[in-house]
Amino acid sequence: MKILVTVKRVIDYNVQIRVKSDQSGVETDNVKMSMNPPDENAVEEALRIKEAGKADEIIILSIGEEKSQETIRTALAMGADRGIYVKASNDTEPLGVAKIIEKIVDKEKPQLILMGKQAIDDDSNQTGQMVSAKLNWTQATFASKIEIDGDNIKVTREIDEGLETIKMPLPIVATCDLRLNEPRYASLPNIMKAKKKPIESLSAEELGIDITPRLKQLKVIEPPKRSKGIMVADVAELVQKLKNEAKVI
Amino acid sequence: MEFNLSEEQNLLIDTTKSFVKAELLQHEELLEKTNNLPKELYDEIKKKSIEAGLYACNMPTEHGGGGLNAFDLTLVEKHLGFASLALAEIAWRPQNILMACEGELVNEYLKPTITGERKDCIAMTEPGAGSDLRGMKTKAVKDDNDWIINGTKHFISNAHISDFVVLFASTGEDDKGRNLLSCFLVDLKQKGVEVAKGYDCVSHRGYVNNILHFNDCRIPARNILGEKDKGFELMNVWLEATRLTVAATSVSRAERAFDIALDWSANRKQFGKVIGKFQGVSFKLADMATEIKLGNLMLMESAWKIDQKTLTSQDAAMTKLFCTEMLSRVSDEAIQICGGMGLMADIPLERIWRDARIERIWEGTSEIQRHIISRSLLRPLGA
Repeated sequence: MKILVTVKRVIDYNVQIRVKSDQSGVETDNVKMSMNPPDENAVEEALRIKEAGKADEIIILSIGEEKSQETIRTALAMGADRGIYVKASNDTEPLGVAKIIEKIVDKEKPQLILMGKQAIDDDSNQTGQMVSAKLNWTQATFASKIEIDGDNIKVTREIDEGLETIKMPLPIVATCDLRLNEPRYASLPNIMKAKKKPIESLSAEELGIDITPRLKQLKVIEPPKRSKGIMVADVAELVQKLKNEAKVI
Repeated sequence: MEFNLSEEQNLLIDTTKSFVKAELLQHEELLEKTNNLPKELYDEIKKKSIEAGLYACNMPTEHGGGGLNAFDLTLVEKHLGFASLALAEIAWRPQNILMACEGELVNEYLKPTITGERKDCIAMTEPGAGSDLRGMKTKAVKDDNDWIINGTKHFISNAHISDFVVLFASTGEDDKGRNLLSCFLVDLKQKGVEVAKGYDCVSHRGYVNNILHFNDCRIPARNILGEKDKGFELMNVWLEATRLTVAATSVSRAERAFDIALDWSANRKQFGKVIGKFQGVSFKLADMATEIKLGNLMLMESAWKIDQKTLTSQDAAMTKLFCTEMLSRVSDEAIQICGGMGLMADIPLERIWRDARIERIWEGTSEIQRHIISRSLLRPLGA
């Protein structure tokens, strides 16, 4: 079985985000970039499935500007087998990304697609679902546990009511939650090996896909500053304030 | 001239940082409070460092090491140095002087040291011979097919968990009556060797130093590293690079102290504004950041020069001198910025400040470094 794992290059989760002064977006110059955290969980899960002898090859796909290849290299250093890089603007919308993934799936024929549940930059949480729709494959979103059992897969999902476990036949698209596993760090020997692993370069035009944005971003602004809290004397005052001032109950 | 790091180098840094964060930092408090590194913890971290490939990453691949060049190794050492030394050194990088092993010594000492089956320590300093290494009293005398060693060494790091020691001892005198040194590999469990408790040190809690006593300790003639009487030459070839390890960890700890001070300056409010708005604080930050940048540049240049085989003893001395003294200044100012809180063990500043003190003394004191630098300036002029 082949597993396709998608990874996105995003601003590192430790970085304090700053909005550009012209409100056209957030500052990315000289900002540390890393692999989107839930994508790391996806890579880790693929590696564990392969290590358990239930997959033969792990292909890493990243879509974005040139530097996205570094993110692929990180996944290869963690232990994945090879990479596919599709050149596209970093602003490519989820639908555009889903179309590209659909093409790559046609070409590579994986049985399982593992993705992060969402990217921490735009927090869209749409691509996995759209890929499932485009391919007409079953989807299992917010996976916190994945078990492969022959031609079937059992996924435990984090949902509002608690945990839901679903079983379905492969192929499927699964989007991974941070609780799925603890991603490994690349060992030194694997970093050296990653250097020699191939990354195929493609572009949206070569694949014949129109990824023109359908949406227009007007401006990006900082969220309002959180106002200072107040101390209340007792429960009665708290209830009164929640009712009359905050108007939440 | 290229200042950018490669993809692999960035990955090396990421891995080292992740290792430090995931495996080391949470144990720092235990070490500070107990001054003791439990054996089980040591074994567990050692195993993980072997899996991560950090263990023996400085040694050549043909013997099972990580095969990093000096520059990449310096990146790893710098980021490992972020953590408390006793923890960082579990991801042990064997003394590179062991590369001088030949013949049977390769299988007996070099290879098992790289795999982690055996551990080395190094002994030069004596109670009566610190900076003046040539004044050492420990003697090795040839007796048929053996060397017989007598003497005492102190400040020997981690001898209590080591299997053998790289030992420097006097093997004679030159025609001017000066001590000639040779280097030996001595098993610590053998007859005639006593590994005694060392001293309690203000720096690096949990990092043990021992005293070694040799009483008619007999070792086979082949356990000599390099040639007889060529101990100083051996030191010059192999030990210069270890000065960079000290410089690398110093830069990393200075960065750590700086980040704490910077964060404090941006959040701590006094007189109605954050203290970073006061020039008395902000100019300190500017000076600290500039010094750290300088230290980093010197470190990287020296490491690069090792790989180019152009590192001079003056380069290594300047880098060690500046980075260690810079760490002392930066950690001191970081405490000043954080005020009373800076002295409390709740944040790691007081520890970084205490730990900084040893760096200006070991691996050649600041004064010895200045001596090396000035000598290389004056000698060509005949002075």
